[in-house]
This record gives sequence, structure tokens and C-alpha cells, in this order.
Amino acid sequence: MPGSGAGWQLAAMLIAAGALLPVVVLAGFAAQGSIGLWPHLLRNVLANALGQTAILLAGVGVIVAVIGTVTAWLIAGFDFPGRRILGWALALPLAVPTYIVAYAYLDILHPVGPVQSLLRDLLGYSSPREFRLPDIRSVWGCVLLLGFVLYPYVYLPVRALFATQAANLLEASRTLGAGPARVFWRVVLPLARPAIAVGMALALMEALNDIGAAEFLGVRTLTVSVYATWINRGDLPGAAQIAIVMLLIVVSLVLVERRARRGQRYAGGAHRLLPLSRTRLRGASAVFAALVCALPVLVGFAAPAAYLAHQAWRRVVHAGIPPRIWVEAGQTAALALVATLVAVGLGLVISAAPRLRPSPATRAAARISTLGYAVPGTILAIGLLPVITFADRQISGVLGWFMTNAPQLLLLGSGAALIHAYVTRFLAIGTGGIEAGMTRIPLSFDHAARSMGQSPTGVFRRIHLPLTRASMAAAGLLIFVDCVKELPATLLLRPLNVETLATHLYGEAARGTYEDGSIAALLIVVIGMLPVALLSRGIRA
Amino acid sequence: MRGKLLGWIGTALLAQSAALSAMANELNLYTTREPKLVEPLLESFRNETGIEVNTIFLKDGLPERLEQEGAASPADVLMTVDIGNLVDLVDRGLTRPVESEALTAAIPENLRDKDGNWFALSLRARALYAAEGLDLTSFEYEDLADPEWKGRVCIRSGQHPYNVALTAAYVTHHGVDATRRWLEGVKANLARKPGGGDRDVARDIMGGICDIGVANTYYVGLMRSGAGGPEQREWASAIRLILPTFENGGTQVNVSGAAVAKHAPNRAEAIRLLEFLVSDEAQKIYAEANFEYPVKPGIPVSPLVGEFGALTVDPTDLTAIARERATASKLAEEVGFDN
Repeated sequence: MPGSGAGWQLAAMLIAAGALLPVVVLAGFAAQGSIGLWPHLLRNVLANALGQTAILLAGVGVIVAVIGTVTAWLIAGFDFPGRRILGWALALPLAVPTYIVAYAYLDILHPVGPVQSLLRDLLGYSSPREFRLPDIRSVWGCVLLLGFVLYPYVYLPVRALFATQAANLLEASRTLGAGPARVFWRVVLPLARPAIAVGMALALMEALNDIGAAEFLGVRTLTVSVYATWINRGDLPGAAQIAIVMLLIVVSLVLVERRARRGQRYAGGAHRLLPLSRTRLRGASAVFAALVCALPVLVGFAAPAAYLAHQAWRRVVHAGIPPRIWVEAGQTAALALVATLVAVGLGLVISAAPRLRPSPATRAAARISTLGYAVPGTILAIGLLPVITFADRQISGVLGWFMTNAPQLLLLGSGAALIHAYVTRFLAIGTGGIEAGMTRIPLSFDHAARSMGQSPTGVFRRIHLPLTRASMAAAGLLIFVDCVKELPATLLLRPLNVETLATHLYGEAARGTYEDGSIAALLIVVIGMLPVALLSRGIRA
Repeated sequence: MRGKLLGWIGTALLAQSAALSAMANELNLYTTREPKLVEPLLESFRNETGIEVNTIFLKDGLPERLEQEGAASPADVLMTVDIGNLVDLVDRGLTRPVESEALTAAIPENLRDKDGNWFALSLRARALYAAEGLDLTSFEYEDLADPEWKGRVCIRSGQHPYNVALTAAYVTHHGVDATRRWLEGVKANLARKPGGGDRDVARDIMGGICDIGVANTYYVGLMRSGAGGPEQREWASAIRLILPTFENGGTQVNVSGAAVAKHAPNRAEAIRLLEFLVSDEAQKIYAEANFEYPVKPGIPVSPLVGEFGALTVDPTDLTAIARERATASKLAEEVGFDN
């Protein structure tokens, strides 16, 4: 057979190295510090921070898994009024960044906000001092809000799974006489487990690294401790130590889950995949199914989006549209687009390499490339800075041979640094999504093509590329939305005079003038909505 | 295909170097002050001098970025808030001293570095917001721990730089142990978990969650000016602002300030910007658009800020407060202030 796939292995290892470098730099920072921080942390911080982090992760995990799986099963397996619209609307909360959701709900549910004011009017109280609801600023409030915006990370892959490979097994179990409940517990859940695990891992890493919503809602997670250590005590090594410990925890959790799933393989045979035939629901059960699917859309998207639209409208009337907002929207979309193309391309190489050249190196590369998602954004950016400025100095050195006045800091000054940060951060989504697509291609296809004389690159071009087109598109859309929402790395690594919608919004939020940021917030949601809708429609169920 | 790509890269590089060599009459500003706060100042600087200002608004990590950029850094002027951040820039060797008659004449001695590394440009005070109906005319920071206020106090995170600076000031007045007891007392008085921003204190007082709270002065000016819309006027009308003092001292103030970067490629322009920022014109913008206290003696505060009464600045040396920051941050964790 021609070709050994060594090139693929090399490419995968290079990509993994690019993603690993910032983590190595962080480890270097961590090693520079003493361990003097830890007695203080152990005594005063860790018990509470670990407790809050555990509640947050467990709570968000349960909510995203339940909402994501149940709604995906209802949309894929049943027919009821509103199913088509709900099917794509269920993905919309992805377009709303967690920090915007927290801010919106703090306003909506505040004692002087619309909900409680209405309640007081109805109940006949005149002042919030006489009657008010419990504060949402708590770890439980945070769990609920994050759960309702992050569940699409589970919903999308699970629904995609039901829509394609699950159909045969589901049809079989129905034919064999299993009722809906039995089918759900005995077939649907076990089948969906890998997809649920992948989605949950993404959602939990988002929740763990969230700093915006946690700050709004007064939740003290480990991530908050990282910031306090770094910013207030100027102790970057100490902060890096905490970040590395968190990273180790995340990595071991992911490994435990993978180990537990080892040996289970779901790739179907080479026969044509059949669409799942849906059971038609009538009467009360149809209404119930519609309500179950509408609730997450309402809480995670419709209410905060409507609130933002209202705020933005008032702002436009009061002060007009900020003139530069369209430029910022353009820059946001352009940066996100470039990063998406790069991340999808690299994700494709990373997930194809272990098939074209099965080796420990290619498999390790696939795992390592996802590390960037497990580190808080600012900390990752801090780890990237030395990598990028080192490369910049080399580039200037080389250019200096050819021209006087060689440009300095070309990567940092051109936005390439930011693209690198986005790609490192969101490669996990690309790799995860495309890998899931790859596993659905039976290995026998690869073998057949190879035995017919195709090189590894030929297999990639003629088999993998066409057959993973859908999962590439899905991963790309997810990455795009995440780039549009990304704040901390953008803030630190963007060039002079470049503002994205997220940094604009942050500039307003940081000085407490949220209302001035509402137009930018709305635009983030609107720009994110389009790809999310496309993404969701793409999964035909 | 390949030739085309190379050609394209070459053009991009040429454009970039052309842009760099045309840098005369330009300067680059790294700021942690929010764009809306610096834009009016830069606008009038441009009009007066014809110098274009390229800006990047950063938050955490400004010193890290400068450090990594090293000698290649395009940064000319560094603007930030909080004395700790200014001292930090100097300690890391990221600034270069400036000798300027205009600056030393305009800024009182205690509000600039004696070596000319940093210069304060405006002041803000850590104030008390009190519910409109309360019979309260004066207040001491020490009182925040008084059990009289049990369940009635709102404040943002104890790890926020504004509160870290207040706690650090407390340490310079009373020492570490008394500060720990004070923080414990304040924590016991909290009506809700620390969090949100300073303006939430006003809103939460209006919402009946608390009776008093700690926040910066300029937010009240912003809210009362109506720039944020009518509903914020309502929040501000629910509260009264009191300038608290330390038992044997004055009101805790913090600064916003600027420095010239060590490797500034446009040093002359950078110094011109600093000098402009202490001109009467710029100091008036600080007072009237940002509702801060100008550093330059003789520039009047905004009428909205004048209503707060005379400001008696606490005499403690600002750099002494900056040195207690790490202690203050640790203390907040020790007493579990934010938990």
C-alpha cells in the first residue's frame, strides 16, 4: 500500500504542540513560585471554593444532561405541534454568553425589576421593603442559569446521534415490542451516552472557566481564586499553580469517563442509515411534549433576548446607535470566521490522523489538542503571550535580513495572536465534533480504500472529507459562535484600535454602564443566532 | 498559486512597515480605563495637538503584555486606575521617569511619584450610600462593623481592587488584627453576598435589600446626570451619599493615573499627552464628564459632586496603602468575606 501516513502523524503532533505550548508555559510560571501559597489556600479558600465548584459542576451537569437528552429524544422520536420550530430553537441559548444571561436575569428578577414589580402590584404591596423574592445571587441561581444556557452542548450531539445511527437500533427495539419508556431507558440512554459525555464535558468546562456570571452572582469558584491570587496579590506563579491543579482535575475526570466507556463501540455497519420514523403524539401528551421543549428555549434564550432587545431599543431612543458598533460587529465576525476556518481545518487533521496512522502519538495528539478548553481564558492568554512574542522576535529577526525597519510584533499586532488563542481554546470543539463524525464512518471503508491502492491522503480526501462534511459544518458553527462570545483572551491579545462586540460590552460593564452596552450585547446574540439556527437545521431529524 | 500568496504576504508586510514608519505624530495608549472615559479626553487632545492616539483597552494582564512585548512594545502611555497598579508598573520596571515642569506644577506632591514614574490625574473617594430615609449625616469606616447594621450592608466582592484598597487603607490605620476583626464584623452585617458592581449597591438599597452600602463617588454623579436613562435617576434618588472618614483620618481616596512606558517609541508625544491631561481643559473633563475629583488645585468639581460636601482626603501615603494590598486580599479570604 502506498504511503505510511507519517506526514499525518507529524502534522497532528505539530498541532498538539501548538496547543500544549501555552500550558507548558503556565507550568513554567507555576514552577517559578514557591508553594507558600498553599497553606493559606488550604486553610481559608479551598474548602469553600471546592465545595462551590462541586455544586456548580454537579448541578450544571445534571441540568444539561437531563434537558439536552430529553429534548433531543422528544424532537427526534416524536411528532407534536411546534416540533419543527422547537427543534432548531432549542439550540438558540448557545448564542447568549453566560455573562449576558446573568446580567439580564439579575435585572429581570431584581426587586425593582419587572417581574417583582408586577408581583407586588398584583399582591397589593407598595414597596420592595414589604415583599420580595429570594435573591438569585447564589450558587443555586448560577447553577440554574448556566444549566439553561449550556444544555445545547448536549442537545445538539445527542439529537444528531438519534437522527443518524440510532435509527436502526430504535426501530429494531420498537419492532421487538418495547414501549417508549423501556426504549428510552434500555436503548436510547446507553446509545446516547458517548454523545452526552462529550456535550457534558464541553458544558462543564464552560461552567468551570466562567468568570463573568460567577462574578455577577457572587459565586466563589476556584477560577475566582485564580484571579484573586493573580490580580490582587500579583502572584502569577501562584495563580498558575491553581490553574494547573484545576487542569489536572479536569483531565482526570475526562480520562475516567473515557475509561468507563472503553470497549463500547457504536459505529454501525456499512448499510444505508435510515431516518427515524417519529411517533405522533396527540392531546395532552402532545401539549406536554411541546411545553417541555419550549421551557428551555424560553428561559435560556427568549426571555434574556427579549429583555436585551427592549434595553437596546430604549438605548437607541435615548442616545442613538454608537457609530462604531458596525465596525466592531464586522471585526468580531471577521476574527471569528478566520479562527473557525483554521480550527476546523486543524480539527480535521487531528481527528483523521489516528485513523490514517494508528499510533500512540496520533492518539495522544488528539487528546492534547483539547487541553486549551480546560483552562480559563485569561490564564490561557497569559500562557500564550510568551509563545507569541517569542515567535514574533524570530520573525522580526528573519525579516531584518531583508529589510531595514523590519516590523516588530507582527503576530500580536496583526491579530494572528488572537486567532491562535481562539484556535487553541476552541480546538476541543472542532476535534470533538469531527471525531464523533469520524467514528460513524465504518473502519471497513478505510480498509477497502487502502487495499484498492489509495494512500492515506487519498482515503482522507475521498472518504473522510466527504463523509464528515456535516460534522465539520456543525463544529465550525459552534466554534464561530464561541469566538463571537469570547472575551478574556480577546481583551488581552487584540491589536491596537481593534474592538470586538464583547470587549465593547465589557468596557461598559466594567464602569457599571450596562445599559450603554445593551446594543453590543444584542448584536452578539443576533450574530450568534444565525449560525446556531443553521446548525440546528442542518441536523435533519 | 504559491507565487500569488507570496506576493500577497509581501504586500501586507510592506504596508505594515509603511504604517510603522509613518508613526510620527501618533502615539499608542494602553489603558485599563474604559474607552468611554478616555475618549472625550483624547478627542480634545487630538484637536489641540493634531496627534493621533491609537488605543487598546486592557484590563487584567496589562503589565504581563508589556513585559512580554519588551523592547518591541509600541506602548507610549500607560493609563490605569488604583495606586497599586501604578506602583506595580514601576516595580516591574515598565516605566521611564519623566521630568516635566508642567506636571510637577499641576499635581500636588503626594499624588505623583517622587522619581517621576507615575502621575495621578484624578481622584475618587470610597463613599457610603445610605437609604434616603435614614437619619445619618456622618459615618466612619469603622462603623461598618457595628452590629447596629446587622443584615443591612451591601458591598461588592472583597477581592475587587476598590475594596482591596479600602481594606489596605484600614490596615495602615489599625494594623492587621484589627482589620481582620473589622472585616469579620462587616461580613456579619452583610444583607447579601458580596458581588455585582458599585451601582448595584444603589439599586439594592432602592430594592429594599439593604440600607447602607460602600461604593465610589462618581457612580452617583453618573446616575444623577441621567446619562444612563431615567430609571437610574430613580436609583440615585433612593440614596444619599456620605463621605465617610477613618476615626482619626479622612476619606479614603484612590487615583487614576498615567505613566510613560519604558520603551515608548514616541516619548515626546507621550509626555505631551500627560501634560495635556493636567491642563485646565482636561481636568474639567475629568470633573464634569467623569464626575471625578480633579488633581489640579483650583479646578472646580461638578455641581453634582459638590453636593456631597467637602472632601477631606485621608493623609495616609498612597504608596503605603499599595504595599498592604496583598495582605488585604489575603485577609478577605481568611475571613471568607465573599463566601
